[in-house]
Amino acid sequence: MSLLSTAPRLLVDVAPRSTWKSPWKRVTVIAGMTVTSFWLVVLITLSWWAPYKPLDAVGGRLQAPSWHHLFGTDALSRDVFTRTLYGARQTLPVSVGVIVCAVTIGTVLGSLAGFFGGWIESVVMRLVDVTLAFPPIFLAMAVAAALGPGLQNAFFAMVIVWWPIYARLIRGQVQAVKHRDHIQAAVSIGATRWRILRKHVLPLSFTPALINATLDLGQVVILTATLSFLGLGAKPPSPEWGAMITDGAQFFYQWWVAVAPGIAILTVAMSFNFLGDGLRDALDVRAKR
Amino acid sequence: MSDLTTPPLLEIRDLHVRFAVRNGQVHAVRGLDLTVHRGEVAAVVGESGSGKSASMLATLGLLDINASASGSVRFDGTELLGAPPPVLRSIRGGRIGMIFQDPMTSLNPVLDIRRQIAEAVITHRQVSPRQAESKAVELLEMVSFPDAVRRARSYPHELSGGMRQRVMIAMALANDPDILIADEPTTALDVTVQAQILDLLRSLRQSRELAIVLITHDLGVVAGLADTVNVMYAGRIAESGPVVDIFHRPQHPYTIGLLASLPRLDRPDRELTPIGGVPPRLYEEPEGCSFAPRCRYAVEACHEVEPPLERVEASMVACSVLPMRSRTAEGSL
Repeated sequence: MSLLSTAPRLLVDVAPRSTWKSPWKRVTVIAGMTVTSFWLVVLITLSWWAPYKPLDAVGGRLQAPSWHHLFGTDALSRDVFTRTLYGARQTLPVSVGVIVCAVTIGTVLGSLAGFFGGWIESVVMRLVDVTLAFPPIFLAMAVAAALGPGLQNAFFAMVIVWWPIYARLIRGQVQAVKHRDHIQAAVSIGATRWRILRKHVLPLSFTPALINATLDLGQVVILTATLSFLGLGAKPPSPEWGAMITDGAQFFYQWWVAVAPGIAILTVAMSFNFLGDGLRDALDVRAKR
Repeated sequence: MSDLTTPPLLEIRDLHVRFAVRNGQVHAVRGLDLTVHRGEVAAVVGESGSGKSASMLATLGLLDINASASGSVRFDGTELLGAPPPVLRSIRGGRIGMIFQDPMTSLNPVLDIRRQIAEAVITHRQVSPRQAESKAVELLEMVSFPDAVRRARSYPHELSGGMRQRVMIAMALANDPDILIADEPTTALDVTVQAQILDLLRSLRQSRELAIVLITHDLGVVAGLADTVNVMYAGRIAESGPVVDIFHRPQHPYTIGLLASLPRLDRPDRELTPIGGVPPRLYEEPEGCSFAPRCRYAVEACHEVEPPLERVEASMVACSVLPMRSRTAEGSL
């Protein structure tokens, strides 16, 4: 006792507090962070410093890149650079929103299915199976087409495509966690099933979903652009990357009209993937490199 | 220690537990009777698969869904078998605490121990989280957790096995239960820590009049702590009685065998005698006495009729051969 009370600081301070591995050592993670932060800053501060308005005609049609128009102008004399930057305001919130909704729905349904089993599990998992049986792009296209074009409907379509992935992931995790000893210990202190699910099962099941969500963010960015490219997402005048590529695709020799939004999609999707990789390395104890 | 005038705190009568398995069922507990009085330490002894853990899990309704329990488990007048979930929940952790064999896996790795113990308090009492956490620190001090105030915010992975078992005990005792069911509480711990945990249980039992059901296969633990001993074999009680009688005048061949296989410091010259063979697999009901195939006293009748549990002196014994012999010969083995 006396020994412990005279030198307790050592005991506490030396013990490592977490298993977090520093993600900063990898170039890709730093690149991902930088590019993501860049787009976030653009998204927030854009209105104060953007050179033009995204919908205004400025100068002539289809002008090549110059100091006045960094990425030239499009067929309607709009500044492509400005429109590309404004595109972030459409794609990023939509992508994050889709993932947040999909993770939420998937977590709720998946954990109920995994924890309670029985008919809840049957219903949820058959629904998951049916949804996952379709290639995601076709299903998203079908749903978006059925609901009618528009970014909002594309949003719903993508949530419908994406939640089952998380439902299945979380269900598997919950099933693995619920048979651990400390869950039985929690039952033996009289906790209700809800409380056990919330306090003891979910916190231990959530990490893979979090990692997957970051990795999927890039996919959703691409799918949003794809739907818009196909005319099922954002409608023409609005500066959405996919829709802008559709415009640009008509002008083969004025490459800048399509390439600028293309670069935007590329950088955003890549940086999200890098971040997801970094997060997985930091959080997942099993994935040792 | 057992006071026969007051009604027992926990009374298990004719408990059967069956597990559904791929092809048929395993009859793991076959008519268990067990009585625990207030403040009494009752040990349940037996080898792996003898049904000791299954019967205690059945008592608290903690069996997996592939198991079914029948019979009667009365706790302080309330029938627990088939009781509605809210009743069971209020008794679990409220009036019956339970600690498990492996403290390394029985704690939630992502909650610090103060919050984990506080969970046990909040589950049964209307208290603020702050009050529950200060109660948690008190409980840690009660189980002699070193430097409790400072280390209450440790996570399980920062603690040794013995410390974790103390945390488990603190959780189990959070709501001042009448009974603590300890399922092999020292099996996963090394010997010196075992002794500390047993000391702790002993002092808790004295200071709070706690009844303890001690599930173990370690007769040394039994001798140090228990008042009564229930020796289980193949899902039934082979012999039960006061600890002194069981150790000094065992009546059942299985008990005798268990004691003979135990090294003794006071008689180092004595040879250890193992019990030959293995316990029966309970996929089908054994014919006759389940111990008969391994018993060197078995007679023909043993293979045909299962002996009932009968009173022999201070104990209850389920054997049709030996108690007779010892009664007639008046000799202890």
